[in-house]
Amino acid sequence: MEKFTQHTGVGVPLRRSNVDTDQIIPAVYLKRVTRTGFEDALFAAWRGDPEFILNQDAYRSASVLVAGPDFGTGSSREHAVWALKDYGFRVVVSSRFADIFRGNSGKQGLLAAQVAQEDVELLWKVLETRPGTEVTVDLGARTVTCDDVVVPFQVDDYTRWRLMEGLDDIGLTLQHADEITAFEQGRESWRPATLPAKHLPPVPVRPARPVVALDLGPTQGA
Amino acid sequence: MARTLAEKVWDAHVVRRGTDGAPDLLYIDLHLVHEVTSPQAFEGLRLAGRPVRRPDLTLATEDHNTPTLDIDRPIADATSRTQIETLRANAAEFGVRIHSLGDADQGIVHQVGPQLGLTQPGLTVVCGDSHTSTHGAFGALAFGIGTSEVEHVLATQTLPLAPFKTMAITVNGALPVGATAKDIILAVIAKIGTGGGQGYVLEYRGEAIRGLSMEGRMTVCNMSIEAGARAGMIAPDETTFAYLEGRPHAPEGADWDAAVEYWRTLRTDDDAQFDAEVVLEAADLEPFVTWGTNPGQGLPLSGSVPVPEQIADANERVAAERAIEYMGLVPGQPLRDIKVDTVFIGSCTNGRIEDLRAVAKLVKDRTKHEDVRVLVVPASARVRLQAEAEGLDKIFLDFGAEWRNAGCSMCLGMNPDQLAPGERSASTSNRNFEGRQGKGGRTHLVSPLVAAATAIRGTLSSVADLGDDVPVPDGSPLAPDATLQTV
Repeated sequence: MEKFTQHTGVGVPLRRSNVDTDQIIPAVYLKRVTRTGFEDALFAAWRGDPEFILNQDAYRSASVLVAGPDFGTGSSREHAVWALKDYGFRVVVSSRFADIFRGNSGKQGLLAAQVAQEDVELLWKVLETRPGTEVTVDLGARTVTCDDVVVPFQVDDYTRWRLMEGLDDIGLTLQHADEITAFEQGRESWRPATLPAKHLPPVPVRPARPVVALDLGPTQGA
Repeated sequence: MARTLAEKVWDAHVVRRGTDGAPDLLYIDLHLVHEVTSPQAFEGLRLAGRPVRRPDLTLATEDHNTPTLDIDRPIADATSRTQIETLRANAAEFGVRIHSLGDADQGIVHQVGPQLGLTQPGLTVVCGDSHTSTHGAFGALAFGIGTSEVEHVLATQTLPLAPFKTMAITVNGALPVGATAKDIILAVIAKIGTGGGQGYVLEYRGEAIRGLSMEGRMTVCNMSIEAGARAGMIAPDETTFAYLEGRPHAPEGADWDAAVEYWRTLRTDDDAQFDAEVVLEAADLEPFVTWGTNPGQGLPLSGSVPVPEQIADANERVAAERAIEYMGLVPGQPLRDIKVDTVFIGSCTNGRIEDLRAVAKLVKDRTKHEDVRVLVVPASARVRLQAEAEGLDKIFLDFGAEWRNAGCSMCLGMNPDQLAPGERSASTSNRNFEGRQGKGGRTHLVSPLVAAATAIRGTLSSVADLGDDVPVPDGSPLAPDATLQTV
């Protein structure tokens, strides 16, 4: 993962609360099996509106999104983070993030910077009054700077450290593989395992009506 | 030290305590996988040359993309088909058990785990799906994760996690006739808001919760995420044990006894402290519906669409204005006057056998409203087979409803079952976000009973609207001799 220490880019004010992940990227775009190429899907339902903030020339190259409270609620889809990153965003600023979205961001090097709602209002005011204003986000100092507005933001220490070092979570965990093995040896034998598979008596599944029924043969694995 | 249920389960899974602000490393007992959030995770393993550490603690099924018609033919949508085929290829390559479309154990991942007896008290359960909170109904610590975390669990069977706070949600007293598990959780979300549970594990307690079946408990825990919480839990009890006993993956013999002995310790100690507490009186609950575009925008069915000018909080006022516009409603309009085009009965929230039985009892020997399309979609193929063994399919078809194959269906606009722009639904699913059920679609979240009554009358309705002499049905079998009993 790329290291993140400081970022400067155009800020865009998104005056909406409860921007859920279905708005960030509708489900229809989740069918892809790649990890990149989601830029066209970002805010897909809103992008068709010429008045939508990202369609305004001054904000087109924005890389810092300043949104209302409860950003990223709903579905756990990490595609929401990929779409924001693929579009060019490096930072989302909000007064409250959904837990899963915040976690997903940290894994992908997108900074979810939490600031007080009154500071969001200050940032909105500057970005709306002077469209195209650049915002500097300093992860070391935990500050967001936008013209004469300088506000602190919160991010947990561990995520901050990982982002600044550009560390891969799985690699970090596998350093403790011996401890995982030791834990596994102490697990109760009755805890469930999916293999070998146990089944209820096999039943041939036929398509439900109103489709013409076809015998699909015996069920798998039974 | 006195501990809550969530803390007990957490402590039992710590592989390594984090120091200096680092998260704890938690062991994961059960990892459920579906086609949408896994392809990039398997690709990551391949690129790094890593195996799946514990295929024997992993289970895959197909649910989000799968059509509910023509399941015996190739999936028509090419990208959906590719995603399903990718999951099948990944399962084969990495040795993961999979239940594919056409298999009797295929279905929505949050029904498949419980019906196979894999979901058990005291486990840690994860899935790349926010409604993994469903499994908390068994006293498991269960939560949704993103794709990077899916890859992490596949590779290590662990997750680094910062501790959660705990919140008690106590529902005192017995549920009044006509109110259901769905009405409890919609009322909870309306009370604490879509962000109210952020950072918390919710524990549902109290007489009304104890009185729920496992299906009802799953409905409640399922929507914990809609209050912002990652997990919801209910302490296991005799209802839980009775549901589990005899299921394919439930412990047997001496193992069963050992497991039950442990499961009985999984309750919050009497003197344990929660970080927050919320209390509801069951007697105040009545059929609940949402009017807006997030699950916190809900009211009792007897209410009216809010008038934004009367909302004090500026952000909430703007959100309400926007929601009312999107939903095509009029401020002050009685909720009972809202006419719907489609009724959807299904999803991981309310697509279980009890839900289908209650609906069947109400619609039996009736005909749906002529302007309403009704879709009944069982949560899993087993639920469908059980319903058909009980003759419910015939009741639905006679009513004028469509009886479909198992899957996520119209809960999310990912498969062919979608609302058209401007179309309005009463839906037993879990999310009423803009466009959730199809671009431009308008969703009212309701219980199965409200869905059924609405299908009969054409406007948002409760059982009481059908007449004083209509009994409120429960989820017990219609015919006592209905065998199979697999779900």
